[in-house]
Amino acid sequence: MFPNAFEYVAPASLEEAVQALVRYGDDAKVLAGGQSLLPIMKLRVAAPAVLVDINRIPELAGFREDGQELWVGALTRHATLEWDQDLVPRYPLLGETAGSIADPLVRNRGTIAGSLAHADPAADWGAALLALRGAVTVRGSRGDRRIAIDDLFLDVLTTNLEPDEIITGVHVPRPTGHVAAASLKLERKVGDFAVVGVALHVETGASGAIAQAGIGLAAVGPTSLRAREAETLLVGQQLTPGLIREAADLAAKAADPASDQRGSADYKRDIVRVFVERGLGAVRDRLTGIRAESA
Amino acid sequence: MRIAVTINGKPMSADVEPRTLLAYLIRDEFNLTGTHVGCDTTSCGACTVLMDGTPVKSCTVLAVQADGTEVMTVEGLEHNGQLHPLQQGFWESHGLQCGFCTPGMLMTTYALLQRNPDPSETTIRRAISGNLCRCTGYQNIVTAVQYAAPLVREARTLTTEVGE
Repeated sequence: MFPNAFEYVAPASLEEAVQALVRYGDDAKVLAGGQSLLPIMKLRVAAPAVLVDINRIPELAGFREDGQELWVGALTRHATLEWDQDLVPRYPLLGETAGSIADPLVRNRGTIAGSLAHADPAADWGAALLALRGAVTVRGSRGDRRIAIDDLFLDVLTTNLEPDEIITGVHVPRPTGHVAAASLKLERKVGDFAVVGVALHVETGASGAIAQAGIGLAAVGPTSLRAREAETLLVGQQLTPGLIREAADLAAKAADPASDQRGSADYKRDIVRVFVERGLGAVRDRLTGIRAESA
Repeated sequence: MRIAVTINGKPMSADVEPRTLLAYLIRDEFNLTGTHVGCDTTSCGACTVLMDGTPVKSCTVLAVQADGTEVMTVEGLEHNGQLHPLQQGFWESHGLQCGFCTPGMLMTTYALLQRNPDPSETTIRRAISGNLCRCTGYQNIVTAVQYAAPLVREARTLTTEVGE
């Protein structure tokens, strides 16, 4: 199974990559890990005339902590975020999310920035980055700009990137205090697209009250969604079973799923409720464990 | 496009169209047909090869992306007529029936044992979760990897001692 013929360019710098995108405009697609793009090209769902392969651009590789945030280069593979021993304990949602994407072989190749740029509403990273209050930096012919994750997704497979812009990196605020996360996904079989996905990130302050709460939803709307009211409810509170149930109900209301062969809208909305309740329960247990350890 | 790839330690080159997939470069240009194409849709893992040491699905990597890399296929496992411990394990433990998924299973578990020569059963099962087998039910594949792990550790110790 071969894709349609295309022209292939592999720039060695970001500047050349942007020049290629300026030259070819809408005819070009950026190739990062290729684990979504190449399959849809093989199925001839997509047939870009030009592929701009960014894998040979060294400045897009790696990750580092700058001041108050973590910067993850566009070429960072899911597997790195799943396994890195420095990163995973401090950014548990990155590790949990990465480890549930597709399968280990796909994770060796696929990238976080590529997944975000693809903007599949069922993808895992959109929901996770919403929960983490992340952002991306993009480079285009008019220079760099930073886009908060809430402003990145416009619609199904549509971001607010211009045709000449490339995501260069992903930013995640550095957690303060104790942090726990949970990532829950309903899929028909392992590695399949999510029927429903929920990403939860909670930080607590010295008193044990919630200082920061993030709830991202996948596959229940035209884009990844934030369960804003549920987040607001949690901040400043202690995670009690009653509060968790209330937050789960609010999160279910934030979902906007469509009925399809994977399930009815009502079913999916109810799964959001169940997952948020289960996930926040797991978060509470993990925070209790962390507090006991640090006491 | 002219590309140069080191395959199983041997420098090779070929002229390819950009749309040629790595799996087809390996099979059709280099005639290394041990790498199987199963689903051709990034699902089954039969086409798994190592690219610079990392297992990838070669039906979902462009041949031009492999330019300048070191690729290892199932043909690279055997040394001087001696099967790799994993191949011995698959033989001894009946880790295959039809054998179609085996090259991919071998490459994935080879990379696993390079990284972690003493994996738990859970780790093995998780590592092969991108490789589908329709015959064995996986049990004997896991047993085969468990057979190979101590042999790989032993070989590593011997190499280290000789090196010292």
